[in-house]
Order: sequence, then structure tokens, then C-alpha cells
Amino acid sequence: MSNSGNISDEQVEILINDVLEHHGYDFTGYSRASLKRRLSRLYSLDKHVSFAEFRYKTLNDNVYFKHFVEGVTVNVTEMFRDPTFYRLLRDKILPSLNTYPFIRIWLAGCSTGEEAYSVAILLQELNLLHKSLIYATDINPTVLEKAALGMFPLSQMKSYSENYIASGGKKDFSSYYTANYTLAKFDSELKSKMIFSTHNLVSDRSFNEFQLILCRNVLIYFDRPLQFRVFQLFDQSLDNLGYLALGTKETIDFSPISPTYKRVGTDKVWRKVSA
Amino acid sequence: MRKNGMLVIGGSAGSLDVLLKVLPEVKRDLDFAIIIVIHRKQGTDSLLTDLLAHRTKLNVKEADEKERILNGTVYIAPSDYHLLIEKDFSFSLDYSEKVNYSRPSIDVTFQSAADAYGDNLVCMLLSGSNSDGVNGLITVRKNGGITIAQNPASAQVSYMPEQAILKANVSSVLNIEDMAAYINSLAKH
Repeated sequence: MSNSGNISDEQVEILINDVLEHHGYDFTGYSRASLKRRLSRLYSLDKHVSFAEFRYKTLNDNVYFKHFVEGVTVNVTEMFRDPTFYRLLRDKILPSLNTYPFIRIWLAGCSTGEEAYSVAILLQELNLLHKSLIYATDINPTVLEKAALGMFPLSQMKSYSENYIASGGKKDFSSYYTANYTLAKFDSELKSKMIFSTHNLVSDRSFNEFQLILCRNVLIYFDRPLQFRVFQLFDQSLDNLGYLALGTKETIDFSPISPTYKRVGTDKVWRKVSA
Repeated sequence: MRKNGMLVIGGSAGSLDVLLKVLPEVKRDLDFAIIIVIHRKQGTDSLLTDLLAHRTKLNVKEADEKERILNGTVYIAPSDYHLLIEKDFSFSLDYSEKVNYSRPSIDVTFQSAADAYGDNLVCMLLSGSNSDGVNGLITVRKNGGITIAQNPASAQVSYMPEQAILKANVSSVLNIEDMAAYINSLAKH
């Protein structure tokens, strides 16, 4: 049988079930159209000869399974993506956290770390980094290893620098990294206040209390019931008067937690107003 | 097309002018939904939605994730996300890698619409300078849907509809002035 690169609906359900039973990763609450596309993409990129082979490797080969999780989840991210959002962080949200003796920030679904370094740059410029801690988590251990290196493609720096300036950055962006062949290695000072750890939003619990939670462009892959469960997890993990920041196309409106949250500005940021 | 079907229109350079000519002539009470996927710069969303909303009697809005798809509504794919169609006739958004250097990619929307709507689907590819959408049209046709290309002679940039005609064996080729009447004829009442 040749590999046409397409996985059927039934095969999607078989894989979801296998992965849950065998590896304990729960993809049942993922939106199917996107998940099916990711699985088909992985199936054809990895040139499996048949679905049976794809299924067998996913079930039995733990090294391949790591690669499977990385391929199925979306790990596309940038530094200072959506500059207006970072401007809001810089001008309003982070300064308002200055009253806390210690600032805890959770970056849920941090992928390869570009957002964590962006937030750390803002904290440093606001002179808050020394009393902050950024907990950067992801379902996927492979991307966390990359995030911990703090090295990003040099070819992206022009666009990141433009984003940084558009978000209100005043410094020379290149002062934050040193060029190393094709990579830009970011100042290790920034990394000193980051903790990288695996965390699965679907199955893991709250692990601390935060003043700010960022989870941008992760929830779009989840169905409504799973989104609501994750909002409850965030609610349990957020201090009163803490902030929740989502992606441009995500919202807590119509969710069970929305009555106790107030929108801040025009970007997708809400503040917890009563507990 | 039967009731509750879908029309997806994709385009790139030169396609906005076509939409501005065609949409004003489309009648209001359509028994299907219209989805528009056009390549453009990031962050110009509300501009495009406003621009189109002023030219038509139809309700025009940007597609939201998990939103249920309604007949008689024109949905615009938001910039910098892929727009996918779920089998329960709602939207999903996806911020994965660009496809054909594009996000939103027309191929991605055409293909997932073909998966969800099968033969109750019409996909139309307009003016543009790359071939995003052509593979999608092939899938649409394979799943029984109708595929249409703008007549390249009438396109500001002819490459995209030319590729569709060359590679996707489209069901028909339309001139701009015939598009609105065609779209109106898809409505069954």
C-alpha cells in the first residue's frame, strides 16, 4: 500500500486511543481538523510505508514517540509576536506587578522559548527581572531542551528586532545576543530567571500561584470543553488581581470563569477581579 | 449545491478588486455560507472586513475559532492563521507552519472544507501570483465538489488561475461579470 499522506478519521481516533492508553498523552480534546492535518503531515514527512507501520512505531518506539509529540503539536512561535500586546505588557501590566516583592509568571505552552526571552527582556528593561521568575512549560520535552539553550536562528533577528521596536523597545536589539554562525545566542542573564519544565495542560494540575499567566495560541487547538477545563486550571493558578493573557484570536468570553475577569485594553488580556 | 453547503473563495494579488465587484451583486438570503481566504499583510484584518461589509447586504465577519458556520454569512479568514473547517460545521484556527509561503493558506482551507463538506462544496480560485489553492482544488474535485477558476485573461495576476486550469482540471472558468449570477444560482430558493 502506498503512502498517500492521508490519515482517515477512523485512523485519527485509533492513534488518539493508542497514545492515551500506551503513553498517557490525552489528545481526545483536540480539535479534529487540525489534529488530522498534523497527523497526515507527520505520516507523509516521515515516509511511513503504511498506517500499520506508523501506528506500530508510535506505540512501541519511545524515541519515535517523542518526535511524534513534537510533530503533532504546533511549535511555531516568534519573539515579540503581536507588538501591541507586548506594548501593553511593558506599559501597564508588568509595571503594575512592581508592588509584589516577588513576581511569578507562568508561560504555558512556551514551545522553543521565544516568548520567555521576550518577556525576560521586558522585565530587565523595567528593572524587575531580579525579583521575577518565569515558569516556562510545555507538553513536549524536546522543545524545552531547545528553549533552555536560548539560541534562535540569526535569520529571524531582523523581524524580531522590528517587532521589538514596534512594541516600544528603545535599545539596540542586537545588544541582547551574540551571533554565533547561523544562531543568535541570547544573554544568559535573561535565562537565569527561567525555569523550564514539562507540563501537560490536559492532565496536569496547578503547581503554583502566579501574578501573570501567558498562554497564547495553544487553546485554539482544543475543543470547547477542554478549553473550559484549562481556564479553570488557570483560574486556580492565578492570584487575585492577577492577569491572564491569551492569543489574538482566543477569548475567555462565554466560559465559566469569565464573570470574575475584567478585560484590560484591546488586546486579549484579562484581570482576575474577585475570588 | 444542496442546502447548507459552502462556497470558499481563495485569492492573492489582484483578488480584492474582484471581490469588491462581485459581492455587491450577491443576494442576501443565501442558503449556504461563503468563506474568503485572501493573502495579505498581517494586522489589516478589520480593514478588510469593513471594506467588504460596506459593499454587500450579506453579514460579513472575521471567522472566530469554534464559531458555528451560518448560512448567508461571509466569513473572512483572519490574517496570520490557517482557517480549518470542522465536521460539525464550525471553524478551527491553526498557527502552524506557512504553506506555500502563506498563512492563511488557501490549500489548507480548501482541503479541510473538502473533508467536511464533500460534494456540497464549491471552491473558487481568483487572481494571484503563486499556486496556493491549486492542490486544494484537486482534493475538492476528488471529494465530489465543484471547482472554479477566474478566467486568467480577466485576472490582474493570471498565474494562480492559470495553474488551477493547468493542474486541477477545474469544473469551470468564469469571467468576473458572471461570478455573482453564478453564486446566486447556487442558492436553491
